Amino acid sequence: MDFITNFPLFTIMLSLFSGVLCYMLKGKAARRYTIFYELLLIVLVSCVLVYTLRTGEAFTYVMGEFPAPWGNEIRAGVLEALLALAFLVIMLCAVFAGYRFVDTDLDESKVNLYYSLLNLMTAALMALVWTNDLFTGYVFLEILTLTSCGILIVREIGRTTLAAVRYMILNLLGSGLFLLGVVLLYDLTGHLLMVPMHEAVAELAADPAVMPVLTMAVGILTIGLAIKSGLFPFHYWMPDTYGWATPSSAAILSSLVSKAYIFLLFKTYARAIGFSVIGKMPIRNILLVLGIGGMVVGSMQAIRANNINRMVALSSAAQIGYIYMGIGLGGTSGYTAAIFHILAHALTKSLLFLTTPRLAEVSGDDLSFKALQGSGIRNRDAGVFFTIGALSMIGIPIFAGFASKLQFGLAAVESRSSLKLILVMLALAVSSMLNAIYFIRTIIRIYARDGRDMQRAHHRAGYNIPMLVLVGANVFLGLFSWVIIDLIHKGLNMFAA
Amino acid sequence: MIENLLINNEEAVAIILFGIGFTMLLFQRNLIKKLIGMNIMDSGVFLFLASMGYIGGRKAPIITDGVTSRTAYINPVPAGLVLTGIVVSVSVTAIMLSLTIRLYKRYHTLDLDRIYVLSKHQTEDR
Repeated sequence: MDFITNFPLFTIMLSLFSGVLCYMLKGKAARRYTIFYELLLIVLVSCVLVYTLRTGEAFTYVMGEFPAPWGNEIRAGVLEALLALAFLVIMLCAVFAGYRFVDTDLDESKVNLYYSLLNLMTAALMALVWTNDLFTGYVFLEILTLTSCGILIVREIGRTTLAAVRYMILNLLGSGLFLLGVVLLYDLTGHLLMVPMHEAVAELAADPAVMPVLTMAVGILTIGLAIKSGLFPFHYWMPDTYGWATPSSAAILSSLVSKAYIFLLFKTYARAIGFSVIGKMPIRNILLVLGIGGMVVGSMQAIRANNINRMVALSSAAQIGYIYMGIGLGGTSGYTAAIFHILAHALTKSLLFLTTPRLAEVSGDDLSFKALQGSGIRNRDAGVFFTIGALSMIGIPIFAGFASKLQFGLAAVESRSSLKLILVMLALAVSSMLNAIYFIRTIIRIYARDGRDMQRAHHRAGYNIPMLVLVGANVFLGLFSWVIIDLIHKGLNMFAA
Repeated sequence: MIENLLINNEEAVAIILFGIGFTMLLFQRNLIKKLIGMNIMDSGVFLFLASMGYIGGRKAPIITDGVTSRTAYINPVPAGLVLTGIVVSVSVTAIMLSLTIRLYKRYHTLDLDRIYVLSKHQTEDR
């Protein structure tokens, strides 16, 4: 065993320790420590990615040397390492670009608590990405829920508390269903680890009498995670939650937390149930229909939204729909498209959520469209970044959004079902058009002169570095999508092994 | 159908409890009742797990009188899972209660719909 195989566990354990450490530090020190620490994690995870690419196979880390059917395991392959790396980079960018708002939005004595929560959240995110055990998944899922509620309510205004309560209630329903699903699966198979469970499920699925029960268990688990990640029609908490949180939190909640739930669902399908068994259940078709519903309804609601944050939040509902559509299409190309879109959307949405407060700041702290008129001229950098994010969302070539839409189109063609092909193509066309309506309208709005005196925003260059990283990653995904798709294919092959 | 339910009465009760809790958490407007619903829902799952883990006629998995045959003892894992689940449930309840207190202090009501209406008329939060 190479030393590198310890790194996935390090990322979880060190994050937990850092959470405690930040609690004891002062606000500013906690921030510096968090930034330094996220950089360290990025190095560790990059090592894991390179290592798995070089050996060409995934490795399993056995906790406490208890072998397979009993112990607890962590598994690291290319796909996990890739997602963990993307999550950490986005987290770092969100912390870096949003700390000024954290300082103004939060009471000074609570700034260190914010970073403490972020570190605990990193631990939960990492654990959800690496875990090979469903019950560990449940425990860290709850930790993720609690910490995301925490980073929401640190901004103490009535609206965030209310948004947090609504968010928590839906999340608790989701966790309850997920737990019931896991328990039912445990009851049926006698295992919690994904690999032995997969073998047991394959045996059970051969028996037609057991299939309905199995479908029910997987269905309950799926509904639970769909509620938590905000699949249509469970997306109504999104605008309040993302709209009132402090910018870093909005970026992290929309681009990382909901994606971690989706990845856990994906991993459960791939590793614990098996795609061939999932294919026999009607679940994927339901996900496809709900995904398409989300793409259309989310965008329609975004058009009607009255402020920019609500609009961006509702566009998240549509984008989550895309990801579920990819899972619903199935096949290697469908799953590849879904994973690619997880990355593309996470990068783009964090960019947008970190830019809108800068635009609002030069418009009298007002997020309504009317006030934002001309804000792209008053704060040039933020205007440019917003435009890039919006163009990527619409699906203009050279940005990530285009590459992922192309993948969805290819996946639909490869699904060999004309109904699915027509449905998906129509949904892509309608959704792209709707996206274009509200994003281009906003771009025009922020660049329209309004005769107010042009007081330019001056800000430190530090803010632009994380934004440039996000833009660079976005363009990289758009121009060199084949690199990432190749990695995803390798990861998916390792899942099957 | 009925016979199956009678044989598996513990599981049936557990699922009914889960259903009661789930609908309470979803449809009750009062925050405290919602939280009670959440606890009932979790208890349903724990009952399900505990009853699945128990095998009639076997003992707790602590070796007594030198008997090491695995047919003499029950599986300890479900009990461990219940314990973990209870810890999670308690901490979630604590957070939700503290949020409820905060909302009550601000809006002087526990009715979620009413709080929502009140918050819409609020202007001090930009």
